[in-house]
Amino acid sequence: MDNHKSQKSFVADGNHCSCDCSSLHTILAKYDNDSSRLMDILIAVQEKAGCIQEKAVKEIAKALNLSKVDVEQTLSFYHFFSDGAKADYAVYLNDSVVAEMMGREDIAKTFEEEVGVTFGKISEDGKIGLFNTSCIGMNDQEPAAIINQRVFTKLTPEKVRKIVIEMKNGKSIDDIVGSNVENNIKKQGPILTKDIEVGEGLKKAVEMKPETLIEEVRQSNLRGRGGAGFPTAMKWKFCREAAGDKHFVMCNADEGEPGTFKDRVILTERPEMVFEGMAIAGYAIGAEEGILYLRYEYKYMQSFLENVLQEMRSKKLLGENIFGKFNFDIRIQFGGGAYVCGEESALIESAEGKRGEPRDRPPFPVVKGYMQQPTSVNNVETLSAVVKIINKGAKWYRSLGTIDSTGTKLMSISGDCEKPGVYEMEWGFTVNDILQMVGAKDVQAVQIGGPSGNCVNPAQFNRKVAYEDLSTGGAIIIIGKERDLLKDVVLNFTNFFIEESCGSCVPCRAMTVQYRNRLEKILRGNGVAKDIEAMLEWEKVMKTNRCGLGHSAANPILTTIQNFRELYDAKLQKDTDYVSEFNLEAAVQESCKAAGRQPNLGGE
Amino acid sequence: MSMVIITINGKEFSAKTGEMVVDVARKNGIYIPTLCNMEGVIPQGSCRICTCLIDGRTMAACTTPVSHRMNVETNNAELEKIRTTIVELLFAEGNHYCPTCERSGNCDLQALAYRFNVLVSQFKQIFPTRNVDAKNPKILIDHNRCIQCKRCIRRMGGSGKPAWFSFKDRGHKVKVNIDHELTADFTDEMAQKAMDTCPVGAILKKEKGFDVPIGRRKYDTEPIGTEIEKEGAKL
Repeated sequence: MDNHKSQKSFVADGNHCSCDCSSLHTILAKYDNDSSRLMDILIAVQEKAGCIQEKAVKEIAKALNLSKVDVEQTLSFYHFFSDGAKADYAVYLNDSVVAEMMGREDIAKTFEEEVGVTFGKISEDGKIGLFNTSCIGMNDQEPAAIINQRVFTKLTPEKVRKIVIEMKNGKSIDDIVGSNVENNIKKQGPILTKDIEVGEGLKKAVEMKPETLIEEVRQSNLRGRGGAGFPTAMKWKFCREAAGDKHFVMCNADEGEPGTFKDRVILTERPEMVFEGMAIAGYAIGAEEGILYLRYEYKYMQSFLENVLQEMRSKKLLGENIFGKFNFDIRIQFGGGAYVCGEESALIESAEGKRGEPRDRPPFPVVKGYMQQPTSVNNVETLSAVVKIINKGAKWYRSLGTIDSTGTKLMSISGDCEKPGVYEMEWGFTVNDILQMVGAKDVQAVQIGGPSGNCVNPAQFNRKVAYEDLSTGGAIIIIGKERDLLKDVVLNFTNFFIEESCGSCVPCRAMTVQYRNRLEKILRGNGVAKDIEAMLEWEKVMKTNRCGLGHSAANPILTTIQNFRELYDAKLQKDTDYVSEFNLEAAVQESCKAAGRQPNLGGE
Repeated sequence: MSMVIITINGKEFSAKTGEMVVDVARKNGIYIPTLCNMEGVIPQGSCRICTCLIDGRTMAACTTPVSHRMNVETNNAELEKIRTTIVELLFAEGNHYCPTCERSGNCDLQALAYRFNVLVSQFKQIFPTRNVDAKNPKILIDHNRCIQCKRCIRRMGGSGKPAWFSFKDRGHKVKVNIDHELTADFTDEMAQKAMDTCPVGAILKKEKGFDVPIGRRKYDTEPIGTEIEKEGAKL
């Protein structure tokens, strides 16, 4: 697999960055020369000029009282930023597993033919650049690409040809036909159903004391919906009790787990509910500021969400003196393309303008989070559920789902099935229930919880999806019988983790590469039983990593060794414990060429 | 500052709140292998070599503050295997040729490999293409040997900003990036400090080397950690 996800390594080809000094200073002034807003500054320059060149980096560093390498460390971390080459149209084509399943290869080939360059490069005239990117949250409408912050879904070779012609003609991105995102809500449950007015939950919330409000949430047994499942009320309680000059609410809308797209749907269909949930959280923990951390892939939603915020301010649901009780407002912070920023402490680092490297814990973000102040980071879906819980009561919420997993879960379902989309389900359904519901036949495997989750086999399809059995943040990828599970899925997921590791912890940075190399050796037919044993043994090292990404980066391999051992065994060489992949002829070729000699491998 | 009682390898010790496990162990003559950690520098827990069993969980000893009645196990067969594997990973990830390296004998990575009896890495060498940055008048940075421990980033130029050294890129492409403008007037002392900060031979002082012959260097005479363990034996 080609891993050219960043534009960084490409030479500028004479395409000069066009961010002139006056617009750069306007951008810097807009953010008060505040280094904690470096992400916003870099995004603004990138969008204005198409890249962030050395000259701009130096200017930014000077204005923010940083060094050049300070700016570069953030800039180089996020794959949507470019420090050199610039294209009028930057095409980011998703290379996730489901994109491949839905025909990405043909789409990529068509792009390459029509543009005249391969992926990872920019056309000679500097007009169109082609790049790969990790899952963009459109798994139910793949193949899909982001072009200049607009999303083009369900791509076909014909569509691609038309898009390329229009790009070549210099048409404005908003006028190019085909940019369209569907919401595909296939099953609406109690959270998605619009049965209360905007603001009703918040109104009820402020009638309670914050402690009573937290107790109500505790009674509901609500757990974090991002995947980790930490009890929401406990997080709020710790945060409220932590001392600080200020408290912050952050909504984690970075959903980067390949296969997840339910937060995009919530934010498009019920954005008021998310913001209302943030305000309730703010009231509960004593925060006046909320930050919605939104992944850059969803940049197209910006003006829509800003309008919603404005409307809520005009209705006095945000701003000062909300219901005469408290002040609370929200700003949107965009990421720059990095999966690891979905980890709450990495998300905070990123929102402070830094590299998205997870922090050491303790201290936890509830004690020292954003700007070293107590911060509650909650998932989009969690905050939405809070609004309904406050409105209808904890008892009502507890009546949904199972005893240990109360309420509902929004599932993002994609892959080999007839009806991909978002399904709101009461916890406790089985994998079989899902397969029936979405019209999936001849299923080989189901990936529960994205690459960091568990790949289950048909014998496990009667298992329950719930915190007490198969826990998930909601991504379900269905893999049909015709797929090559190890090559098409496991290798792709492993490459994803290599690409998305922040690079800080040694086992995550280096072991993921070794896992990939060992898997490829097996796929080449040169694996032996010892390779499988070694990969299982390495799990202990992976568990020493600092964050959840590092802990789960080997899960694609480990869970398939556990549940699909026969696929590995079929590829192994038997009756030997060592296969040398050394090819003498290839190894001496270069030196023979240099010496002007023919290789003489027979030794005569 | 309040005091707490913690148990390390079955023995009780008193420690100050806020102290990290690795420091408390060191003060009491118990060696926990480290690589990215350096006394007096803000810890960051990235190499994971100091992983210990703390209250039954594997945690990095350099970033875990002590708490009352904490129970620490610093070594067992499994922890030793984890540490060995990490050392092997680092050798496979970079380009480390000890016999030609100025730091041989003074290198923490090499010393750990000897301590753990690593004769050959279980991993196939990656042989990455990395460059040597000799732009600075006083030091040269050999990225082939860099293990991305961030000690130079954290120690040089103070812990604040603007940074002299920082990271660039991410994942397996991550590398140390030096601000040539801010470090252009490096003094000999700064260059020495930078070299001493580096646990391997990635930062070297220019125009000077092999003062102490190989064979008579720090780890040539006794394994890494011996100093601490000798102190422990006296206690």
